[in-house]
Amino acid sequence: MPKKIFDYIIEDRLPFFWCEGCGNGIILKSIAKAFADLDLDPKNVVVVTGIGCWGKADDYLSTNSLHVTHGRALAAATGVKAVNPELKVIALMGDGDGLTIGGNHFIHAARRNMDITAIISNNFNYGMTGGQYSGTTPEPSFTSTSRYGSIEPPFDICALAKAAGAPYVARATVYHVNLLEKYIKNAILKKGFSVVDVINICPTYYGRFNKLKSPVDMMNWLKNNATTKLEEGDIYNNKFAIGEFVNEDKLDFSTKYASIQKNARELSIHLEQDLSGR
Amino acid sequence: MTGEVKFLQGNEACFEGALKAGARFYAGYPITPSSEIAEMASQRLPAVGGVFIQMEDELASMAALVGASMAGAKAFTATSGPGFSLMQENLGLAIMTEAPCVVINVQRSGPSTGLATKPAQADVMQARWGTHGDHAIITLCPTSVQECYDLMIYAFNFSEKFRTPVIFLSDEIVGHMREKVVLRDDIPVINRPFPQGDPKQYMPYKPGENKVPPMAYFGSEYVFHASSSMHDETGYPNNTAQNADKVIRRLYEKIYDHRDEISIIKEFETKDADVLFISFGSAARSSREAVNMMRKDGIKAGLLQINTIWPFPDKKVRQLISHAKVVLVPEMNLGQIINEVRKLSEGKPVFGVNKVDSTIITPGEIVNKAKEVLQNA
Ligand SMILES: Cc1ncc(C[n+]2csc(CCOP(=O)(O)OP(=O)(O)O)c2C)c(N)n1
Ligand code: SF4
Ligand SMILES: [Mg+2]
Repeated sequence: MPKKIFDYIIEDRLPFFWCEGCGNGIILKSIAKAFADLDLDPKNVVVVTGIGCWGKADDYLSTNSLHVTHGRALAAATGVKAVNPELKVIALMGDGDGLTIGGNHFIHAARRNMDITAIISNNFNYGMTGGQYSGTTPEPSFTSTSRYGSIEPPFDICALAKAAGAPYVARATVYHVNLLEKYIKNAILKKGFSVVDVINICPTYYGRFNKLKSPVDMMNWLKNNATTKLEEGDIYNNKFAIGEFVNEDKLDFSTKYASIQKNARELSIHLEQDLSGR
Repeated sequence: MTGEVKFLQGNEACFEGALKAGARFYAGYPITPSSEIAEMASQRLPAVGGVFIQMEDELASMAALVGASMAGAKAFTATSGPGFSLMQENLGLAIMTEAPCVVINVQRSGPSTGLATKPAQADVMQARWGTHGDHAIITLCPTSVQECYDLMIYAFNFSEKFRTPVIFLSDEIVGHMREKVVLRDDIPVINRPFPQGDPKQYMPYKPGENKVPPMAYFGSEYVFHASSSMHDETGYPNNTAQNADKVIRRLYEKIYDHRDEISIIKEFETKDADVLFISFGSAARSSREAVNMMRKDGIKAGLLQINTIWPFPDKKVRQLISHAKVVLVPEMNLGQIINEVRKLSEGKPVFGVNKVDSTIITPGEIVNKAKEVLQNA
């Protein structure tokens, strides 16, 4: 029987704890849709989340999940994946969680090419703690800790992921749901570190501080500022290039490690001889 | 004792013990004086189908241990002070999610970078209380290379049986000295309890025997949620006061209810001891020699060597103190374990033999202090 969204989202646990008009529900539904379309068995899926509004997404999922500390989802996911490469490991992180406090783990998971899918809810602020600025907050936008306008240039998540070596990097917004679903699916299918930077709306804080009071205003903002011409994008100036930035094939950590395991018995004897000969 | 006889460094014996206990995952970040353990793990684990991974820092290492543990592996790491500080965050994660794992801290002199290659025993209280929140923790201290091997197996056994991280608090002296060691095969290996019954009914945090919930692994028929946030038996969040009280107490009791079983101590000449030394780690080695020296001088000295420092072996300490005239606690810090002893001493004088200059406490220094104390007694 084909799988349905509600094979992955636990209906009894609804309604979501998120604010009205929050974009998180859209991303979660897209993820469940991708799981269903790919016919994933919940027991072979491990969703690892950090801390934040988006970090609570696992509360509604029927798959395995591991809800860890703020910023460390990818590090924990690395442990899961390294032990059992057969599992589909998905890390859900906010822009604060995944790219600010967890930025170091992000670039190293990409560099290492762990076969993990990172889905980032990029709402340009720390929703959970009251809308402070994060490492992706555009300059000079307003947040509860940048009341005079943020003066720190933001990270371009896709550029960063690409530079760090991720073989799949895409960006969508919660307004462009079809693209979002497609990219999430492609990311899950990709063997290696895959990133979907989802430009999300936080009407409660980021919207309110930046004269985008209603969810509709925010959706229009996404609609009007997104471009599928990647070269025209300028995330630093609220011009969101949406599309696939990287889609290539590259051996992932676990595949390479499996060959080390295979040869290790023999190799390890040689190593011992080398060391004793010193 | 049966098993292969080797001449190894303490750190190497730690690795051999871990391997014997069934460890198959290591994540860490290199730091003196613990790096030999990582190097051995990188070489030996893949040969037995295990995984070694060098993480970007110790925050990540500790988080990876939790992930690996949930995926079914016996996982461990090794570090020293600066790295141990970073591990505190996700040590809490391991406690809260009840992820069995072993964290080796080969202690060096601090604070901060301190004397990077020199020994100390100053992380005693950090091991107990380094991560935030009320919690229990098991901490084992080796005094010899043989104990590095033996206690490592116990560390894994306790972690598996009680679903808890266990801290293995070694020090630079024990970690780097070389001694004969028997790679024993007579210590039974314990594995975490696996759930039974209908997977659909599985409650990942429903306590079983010993208040410990049976543990599935990711990928098994038993699908589960694990969380750093307060959760109930389902593994999903539950923020009621009643639930929080229940969970925090259970996490504590599952360990403190089994203090007797967890307490590993060794007594040397304590039966008639007027002068009682209470010590651990490398300082316990010097204390043992001090006992020999004093006995030769006709002074009745004895040593209680504490291998399990947390939970502290209250019962035994109280009992031995009551028979002694004076009690001395040698330790390479300004006085950490001594406070635990004083809590139990009921007014009997307890003296510290403390050293923080990064050099070993010699048996002679311990004897001199004991004699001075006796003269004034
Ligand atoms: C170590 C640590 N520091 C700070 C916090 C407080 N905190 C919780 S969530 C959060 C930020 C969340 O922002 P983001 O990751 O962007 O997620 P969002 O809420 O926007 O979805 C912070 C700072 C914490 N939980 N842990
Ligand atoms: S604070 Fe923002 S991110 Fe958090 S639930 Fe509300 S709208 Fe969503
Ligand atoms: Mg955010």
